[in-house]
Amino acid sequence: MKKVLVLAALALASTITYAGGYRVSLQGNKALAMGHTGVAVVNSSESVFFNPAALVYLEDKFSISVGAHGVFSNIAYQDTSTGANARTDSPVGTPLYLYASYQATDWLALGLGVYTPYGSAVEYEDDWAGSHLINNIDLQAIYVQPTVSFKLNDKISFGGGPIYVTGSVNFNRNLNRTLTDLDGNRANVTIDASGVSSWGWVASTMVNITDNLHIGATYRSEIILEAEDGTAEFENIPNSPLTPFENTNINASLPLPAEMTVGMSYDFCEKWTFAFDLNRTFWDVYNSLDIDFENPAIPDSKNARNYKNSSIYRFGMQYEATKMFTLRTGFYFDESPVREGYFAPETPRNDSNNFTAGLTVNLGEHLQIDASFLYSHFKEVDASYNYYFENGQAVPFKGTYKTNAFVPGLGLTYKL
Amino acid sequence: MKNILKYTFAVMAVGLVSCDPEFDTPVTDEGFYSSGTADLSKYVAVGNSLTAGYADGALYVTGQKNSYPNIMATQFAYAGGGEFSQPLMNDNIGGLLLGGTQITQNRFVLAVGANGNPGPVRLVGTPTTDITNKLTGSFNNMGVPGAKSFHLVAPGYGNVAGVQSGAANPYFVRFASSESATVLADAAAQNPTFFSLWIGNNDILSYATDGGAGVDQTGNFDPTTYGPNDITDPNVFAAVYSQQVEALTAGGAKGVLVNIPEVTSIPYFTTVPTKSIPLDAATAAQLNAQFAGYNNQILPGLAAMGVISPEEAAMRMINFTAGTNYPIMTDDDLTDLTTILQGAPFGLPAQLAGLLGQLRQVKSDDLVVLVASSVLGTTPDPNNPQGVIGVSIPLSDKYVLAATEQARITAASNAYNATIQALAGAKGLAYVDAKAALARVANGGIAYDGGVLTSQFVTGGAFSLDGVHPSPRGYAYTANLIIKAINETYDATIPTVNIGNYPTIMVTNN
Repeated sequence: MKKVLVLAALALASTITYAGGYRVSLQGNKALAMGHTGVAVVNSSESVFFNPAALVYLEDKFSISVGAHGVFSNIAYQDTSTGANARTDSPVGTPLYLYASYQATDWLALGLGVYTPYGSAVEYEDDWAGSHLINNIDLQAIYVQPTVSFKLNDKISFGGGPIYVTGSVNFNRNLNRTLTDLDGNRANVTIDASGVSSWGWVASTMVNITDNLHIGATYRSEIILEAEDGTAEFENIPNSPLTPFENTNINASLPLPAEMTVGMSYDFCEKWTFAFDLNRTFWDVYNSLDIDFENPAIPDSKNARNYKNSSIYRFGMQYEATKMFTLRTGFYFDESPVREGYFAPETPRNDSNNFTAGLTVNLGEHLQIDASFLYSHFKEVDASYNYYFENGQAVPFKGTYKTNAFVPGLGLTYKL
Repeated sequence: MKNILKYTFAVMAVGLVSCDPEFDTPVTDEGFYSSGTADLSKYVAVGNSLTAGYADGALYVTGQKNSYPNIMATQFAYAGGGEFSQPLMNDNIGGLLLGGTQITQNRFVLAVGANGNPGPVRLVGTPTTDITNKLTGSFNNMGVPGAKSFHLVAPGYGNVAGVQSGAANPYFVRFASSESATVLADAAAQNPTFFSLWIGNNDILSYATDGGAGVDQTGNFDPTTYGPNDITDPNVFAAVYSQQVEALTAGGAKGVLVNIPEVTSIPYFTTVPTKSIPLDAATAAQLNAQFAGYNNQILPGLAAMGVISPEEAAMRMINFTAGTNYPIMTDDDLTDLTTILQGAPFGLPAQLAGLLGQLRQVKSDDLVVLVASSVLGTTPDPNNPQGVIGVSIPLSDKYVLAATEQARITAASNAYNATIQALAGAKGLAYVDAKAALARVANGGIAYDGGVLTSQFVTGGAFSLDGVHPSPRGYAYTANLIIKAINETYDATIPTVNIGNYPTIMVTNN
């Protein structure tokens, strides 16, 4: 009988979930206002992210853009069979960006980008119905990218550079659905890893078919964040050899998947630009999330994710209304990388329709204010995560989810 | 330009205030779940330890929070249910104090012993719930651990002066409205719109857990003459039970009645096997030689003399074999031969005559109680290694519920249940067949999303470590049964709970 009990208790340690679909496409106010298109658009140093090859075609000697977005994202959950319901009270995410470009010579431009393409901040009420999968998560990854851009001629250019990533994650969930200490406080674990760094790269090209028609392609490599000195902190664990959960170090890896973007832009009627981007995110690298607890008494945790590669279809429009105002709008359809049965509440992402708008205000020759707004609409969805196990038996967590996000953004561009 | 900026921020602000995602039909909307023809705004639960949330041999806070009435009230809240208050204990240790002196034991927890094996032990600690600290106000949960059917209508059941004599109940003392209050009157005074009544379990349970050492009082209509471990007369039960239903429905309240499960299917009676004495062939032969006189001369002789029937003589034969054996025991339903054996022609010494006086071996249709596991095979006298309980010292009658005793329990509980079901039908109240439900748990179990809920002690999930009372998961299963009965009777749609979200036993080392 002891063996059975130990097994039962150890199985409690099983699933740790990080995040899924944690790509945050907010890498520039100008681009976001146009549905986050930009691989074939030449209009600012935001190209450091969208297409380094475009930098060399910028008209300005020097250009710098900084900005931020405020992510107001909310998730509602309910299960009509039990009445269980929950709403996230997530902190406002503030992804930042800074891009600078410098026209070194007629054929060479240099640039630097700092941006945050991956992240997640979700906070459920502690001990909610899905607390055995997640109570809260805060995932951040900052990319630093020195960039070169050079043209062969006025038709074709190339760009790219190395990427240094530093990331952190803090994640808390209850150990299982029922374990508590003597006073009924739920046993939980906090995984924390910060200062996790790694390297990757970006390469891109731009082709100017005519003066008005551009096509571009950008590939950003996969980067695996290997957390080797993370910590696992256990709380409210009963005092028993049957629950041998002690604070320990962890090893885990979190993939930041590669992304391929191709697209075109077309200038027409002098003041108008239309842009189309297709993103392909290679999420299939996120097959399983494994946490290795250094304490051998605590069984390692393996969690199926089984993401699939997914596409985002982006459309944007820009209108230079006056010398002072440039207006933008856009739409994109974002395919979820989450397969049926793998819908975990840390990032309950189904397909979304996204609407964007924004404008640039020119304050004189050198300074611009960029503003944007994004509304993400997710349909109400009945979904479940079927790969949480208790004593070897799969215990699906199902319910109805409704998610939305409102993202206002502001930025400044200074150019010479 | 200023205006445009202003306008932009205004649009953003509008977006921010209407941020919350809304479901097409939120479960939190009034009317999503319905209480049907019942009014759940004031729910009062009346009963005994089961209603109180008693588990692990004690009452403690987390147990109370997982009481079936509290679980039901949480679900009622989706369908117009109101606040639900309980006379919470002070701590999760569980024992009671009377003026600083501990009068009930602490709870059990599952501890891993020095030998590496887990087992139930009493939690060490000083309890802080003193029954002389009376709680103020009334409580929706009127479950009183230990209460029998007739106790609910007994004045003075909450009088602290009666606790030590056994006339009063220490748990009711904590929240009785006055020294002369009855549980029933205090419940009815709250003017419930809805009630649950689950009482009568202790009218047979304490007889059973005491191995049938008490008296079957069937035919005795005066409960004031009953001992604590006696079986209540079914007519007494019927009289007080209908009085309770009358009082609780007097204000037009709807409600639910729960019947009495078969107590003998709980782990307290099913965990210790009837065969528990391992012997090798040599020891078995040696023991049989010692009992040869009893088997071959005394018993046939007494049967021939007509002192005992041939059936009784056969039942009393002792026989050990190589392997696992039935222990020997004292059965107070057998003819007491102590005096006869000391006289002619046997002339046995008093001690031996006493040993053989009501001696038999445990039978396959007996039930050995859980606590017998701590005495079986032990040597109470350290100076006499030959004196082994179950082998050379009979197991006391209180550790064995004999088939005859089981029959008395079944007869009484069948009579109680007939009363309960008839009253539910007559009053149009919801009726829960807890007896059938517990039988399902005991025979095969109930599948849920994390496994199968069974009556297996410690590992089955349905029962707490006292082997008698449910675990939180067992109580959640009970709450679901009752909710389903309410939904059916009153055309309601109260949601049930997922029993996999409720804990089972508490592992903790002292």
